[in-house]
Amino acid sequence: MSKEKIGVYVCHCGTNISGTVDVEEVSKWAGENLEKDGVVVSRDYKFMCSSLGQELIEADIKEQGLTRVVVAACSPHLHEQTFRTAVKRADLNPYLCEMVSIREQVSWVHTDKKIATEKSKSVIAGGVKRVAFHEELEPLQVPINEATLVVGGGIAGIQAALEIADSGFPVYMVEREPSIGGHMAKFDKTFPTLDCAACILTPKMVSVGDHPHINMYTYSEVEKVDGYVGNFTVTIRKKARYVDTDVCTGCGICEEKCPQKVIDDIFEAGLGYRKAVYRPFPQAVPKYPVIDTDNCIYFQRGKCKACQIFCPTEPNSIDFEQQDEIIEITVGNIILATGYDLFDARRVPQYGYGRLANVFTSLEFERMCNAAGPTNGEVVLRDGVTTPEAVAIVHCVGSRDRNYNNYCSVICCMQSLKFAHLVKERTGAEVYNFYIDMRTPFKDYDEFYQKVLEEGAHFIRGRVAEITDAARMPGEEGKLIIQAEDTLIGKQRRIPVDMVVLSAGLESRADAKEVAHKFGISCSTDEWFIEKHPKLDPVATMTEGVFIAGACQGPKDIPASVAQGAAAAARVLSRIQSKELALEPVRASVIEEKCSGCRICNNLCPFNAIIFHEDRMVTEINPALCQGCGTCVAACPSEAITGTQFSNEQILAQLEGLLMLDVEGGLVSMLEPEMA
Amino acid sequence: MDKKFEPLIIGFTCNWCSYRAADMAGISREKYPPNVRLIRLMCSGRLDPTFILKALAGGADGVLVTGCHPGECHYLEQNFKAARRFSLLKRMLNQMGIEPERVKLVWASAAEGVRLAKEITTMVEEVRALGPLNWPGVVAEDGNGYVAHLAPEEVSA
Amino acid sequence: MSDNGKPKFGMYWASSCGGCEISVLNIGDKLLVVDEVFDVVFWPCAADFKYDDVRGYPDGYIDLCLFNGAIRNSENEEMAKLLRQKSKVLVAFGSCAYEGCIPALSNFTSKEATMEAVYLDNPSIDNPAKILPQPINKVPEGELDIPHFYHTVKSLDQVVPVDYYIPGCPPEPHQIWAVLEVVVAGLLQGAELPPAGSVVGAGQVAVCEECPLSKHEKTIDRFYRPWEIDPEPDLCLLEQGIMCVGPATRSGCGALCPQVGMGCRGCYGPLEGVEDQGARMLTALASVIGVGKTGDTEAQLEAKLDKIMDTIVDPAGTFYRFSMAHSILKRAKVNGHGAKKGEAK
Repeated sequence: MSKEKIGVYVCHCGTNISGTVDVEEVSKWAGENLEKDGVVVSRDYKFMCSSLGQELIEADIKEQGLTRVVVAACSPHLHEQTFRTAVKRADLNPYLCEMVSIREQVSWVHTDKKIATEKSKSVIAGGVKRVAFHEELEPLQVPINEATLVVGGGIAGIQAALEIADSGFPVYMVEREPSIGGHMAKFDKTFPTLDCAACILTPKMVSVGDHPHINMYTYSEVEKVDGYVGNFTVTIRKKARYVDTDVCTGCGICEEKCPQKVIDDIFEAGLGYRKAVYRPFPQAVPKYPVIDTDNCIYFQRGKCKACQIFCPTEPNSIDFEQQDEIIEITVGNIILATGYDLFDARRVPQYGYGRLANVFTSLEFERMCNAAGPTNGEVVLRDGVTTPEAVAIVHCVGSRDRNYNNYCSVICCMQSLKFAHLVKERTGAEVYNFYIDMRTPFKDYDEFYQKVLEEGAHFIRGRVAEITDAARMPGEEGKLIIQAEDTLIGKQRRIPVDMVVLSAGLESRADAKEVAHKFGISCSTDEWFIEKHPKLDPVATMTEGVFIAGACQGPKDIPASVAQGAAAAARVLSRIQSKELALEPVRASVIEEKCSGCRICNNLCPFNAIIFHEDRMVTEINPALCQGCGTCVAACPSEAITGTQFSNEQILAQLEGLLMLDVEGGLVSMLEPEMA
Repeated sequence: MDKKFEPLIIGFTCNWCSYRAADMAGISREKYPPNVRLIRLMCSGRLDPTFILKALAGGADGVLVTGCHPGECHYLEQNFKAARRFSLLKRMLNQMGIEPERVKLVWASAAEGVRLAKEITTMVEEVRALGPLNWPGVVAEDGNGYVAHLAPEEVSA
Repeated sequence: MSDNGKPKFGMYWASSCGGCEISVLNIGDKLLVVDEVFDVVFWPCAADFKYDDVRGYPDGYIDLCLFNGAIRNSENEEMAKLLRQKSKVLVAFGSCAYEGCIPALSNFTSKEATMEAVYLDNPSIDNPAKILPQPINKVPEGELDIPHFYHTVKSLDQVVPVDYYIPGCPPEPHQIWAVLEVVVAGLLQGAELPPAGSVVGAGQVAVCEECPLSKHEKTIDRFYRPWEIDPEPDLCLLEQGIMCVGPATRSGCGALCPQVGMGCRGCYGPLEGVEDQGARMLTALASVIGVGKTGDTEAQLEAKLDKIMDTIVDPAGTFYRFSMAHSILKRAKVNGHGAKKGEAK
């Protein structure tokens, strides 16, 4: 007979659970059959998470002196905190409350009502037997360092950094490229307002550059992250620019005088040139140039040095001997805003990108339209002079496609409409948009679509099958022919155009998985960073202290990126304001008397929480570094390591409860060898 | 009437990926057979082979072990330890006469609810085909006679 | 039977090799002390007492009974029950009685297969009439019966309650003496005896504590059979790839085997509070096998694991060499009893 007094609460969840599971029967069964395990009260209720539901628990704790509580309802990931808080209000330690799922893992996934009911009984039996072994625990309080690291200087990172810095707390921003600004700096106009991207972005960039509370490390990357929330030690590699930023005035003479022209693959999307010593774009923040050693005549062949010769500053700003710098910082929280990569349209060979000269990607087209871009804003063919008479814009390149990426890239429809508008505005050419669905959901988006419709762009609903220069019919000579099914009229069409713009989809960064691993977070199957909860917690991750914002979490437009940047900043600010964070007390610890010093556990901890004491030949675990995974607990050959909340006793007790009834509800026979 | 054998399978999940995958299956209303009962661990690295042995000895017909995909562990590399233990345990269970289909390892990320449901469905049918494990019966069985190659007969003194 | 006031001593061997008796003799001249203190009333190896003598003793007559050997057949069980009845303190002496030891390795196979291997199908037997031992044999004079041979070998505590366990195969003489001293003090001077059910004559932590070889953070890249390499003298054997189950084995023997370059086999049984010694060794060993790193695809990981696990010969036998009867699974499931050899796959 157990000495505990356990209360069992079975939730109907409206009809979500009670529609499949006979909750009254389950509650009654628990009260009768789990009495010897300590159950003294067993109730069912429509909505346990409601205040009335919680009050049921609190009242029973106070009146019946409950020592443990089991709630059978939805997933603990949703409401474990709710019930723990309720239990705490009734002065019972919150870790003495166990939640078991009979919704996501029973009523929502099984059809046979009788068997679902029997399974619920077993699941509750498991919870009841387990909770008897729970212990009173207190969360671990960790202090929060005021500084924040923002990785990525695109619009999301910029927004996050400014929000935090404006509140008076220090921010470190690390950006891989020589300038902040991200993809947005490359755009011409932004939808739906057709604001000039640079005009709205550069003031923010300048704010970041000038901000007294922001330390910007551009042309830098994070190499290593150690520690845990509130106290991360981050190692940053500041790559050598070969320019002394303390002296350089950003006058640009070096760039002007440099004789080496290089195709600019990054900023100009391969459409234009830059020099070997260059600033990515005129409004770059910081304004200092960088030397591209792969193309610099001095670094390759030891000659030239024109930049140094013509540099007017005293001392000279060019420093060919400059080394990478390793910097270590301590921060309390990290926001990852590393953005996206564009889908490589060469992967769709039938669209001819890379083979047919006048097939362009969206990013190339943006640069073309940009007044400061390689064509000064003229929409022209690859020859740089000819104005097209007909332009095709292809939606969903590499997106919504089982061959490449299954998902929708969110921004391509609006972008394609914007392109249609720009082409019309600048050339008067015929415009053909090939789309599958028109995705224009947000403020003023659909109105923008209607405007473009009115401007006379043609819309053909059909995925483009092929873009070819092989003429087959009269009028196709010298043209690019789009072959597509026009699904609204049910006919195949061949439309000759001069120029094609492929709205290539968004993909996660090529090194997203590595970056995730470095920061201790995970990626989804499409390699976007995984958020803590897709609906209710999109900027947090499962790793305390690491947040995500912007396109690195999934394709999104600029307003959403800004919103997420601000949201992440708000989360970080609330952490900083609280000064301390309570960590879940799920920890391992070594029972020293049982430790033989075998050292099997010593290199099993990726968080370096396991320490060996050579003098006493025993192992110890640092509770502040321990993340509670339990790997060492399972590995110890002496069972000398225990884990709170997931101890052997608790798990084996839960197992016993789950094995109480067979699938149809009969008792599982437990034959034991005969004992005298 | 022949009643269909319903195997009882215990599943171990990790808090971050596979438990959430099971939740995701629920959210997607993806149906799967009710023969699996899940235990939540923080990490597949917590999986002690003792749990699997206890489950089998205690009446389970099969055990499903799940965790984050290698390389995606919330605790960075702990699922590799789980993989190592599982590999060795499978070999040992083989020697103990437990059919390989009864103990299975499935890596599932939080997004793979539908896939996890499918894996469970497949495993339930595989174990159903093998019949009950009934380990308590295996242990309790103790033949009191010998295999009679010869009927007991008079043996000269 | 005489009663000279001395405490009564019994020692019995069930399914055993005799090594435990020899180990008792190995306490050397201290045996004379035993003889002085105790009155031996039953010891098939050393003195001529009959079962009927024991049956005639009053209950609890034997103050200290050391029972070694596993429970293999009905005679072993009958004697276990008899001696339990007639003893005050019944000790499971040695690994066989404690946890099954080598006889319990028979639990990997079946009674039928065992009978076949011994009586029908081995190179030194000529049994064309396929005669097997039968439980009952009719002879002109009547019926002869022999003990039933069990399908599953059991430990002593699986048939009777046990007061103490002395682990080891065999228990080390100095440990045997240490236990006897405690028991004698308890019987003669009223000193407190350890709580019933304790493991005595052994340490509280793993063999690693006693082992003088140096230990470091462990990563095992491959395994070697003991004859394949000459191990470095002062370095942990496991770290060198030689199988040693010392981490999962109770200390007390003085780490005799690792000291001479032989990996511990595990004869002192599991650590305090551990039910299944084999599972502990399996998990500890697998955890430190240096296979699998971030970047490996699932297929690569599986291939690497297969490669190294294939070099661990007979994991079940290695990890459960002594503790099979006490393990969680207790025996293997054997397909098809009967004419087939019945060995587990």
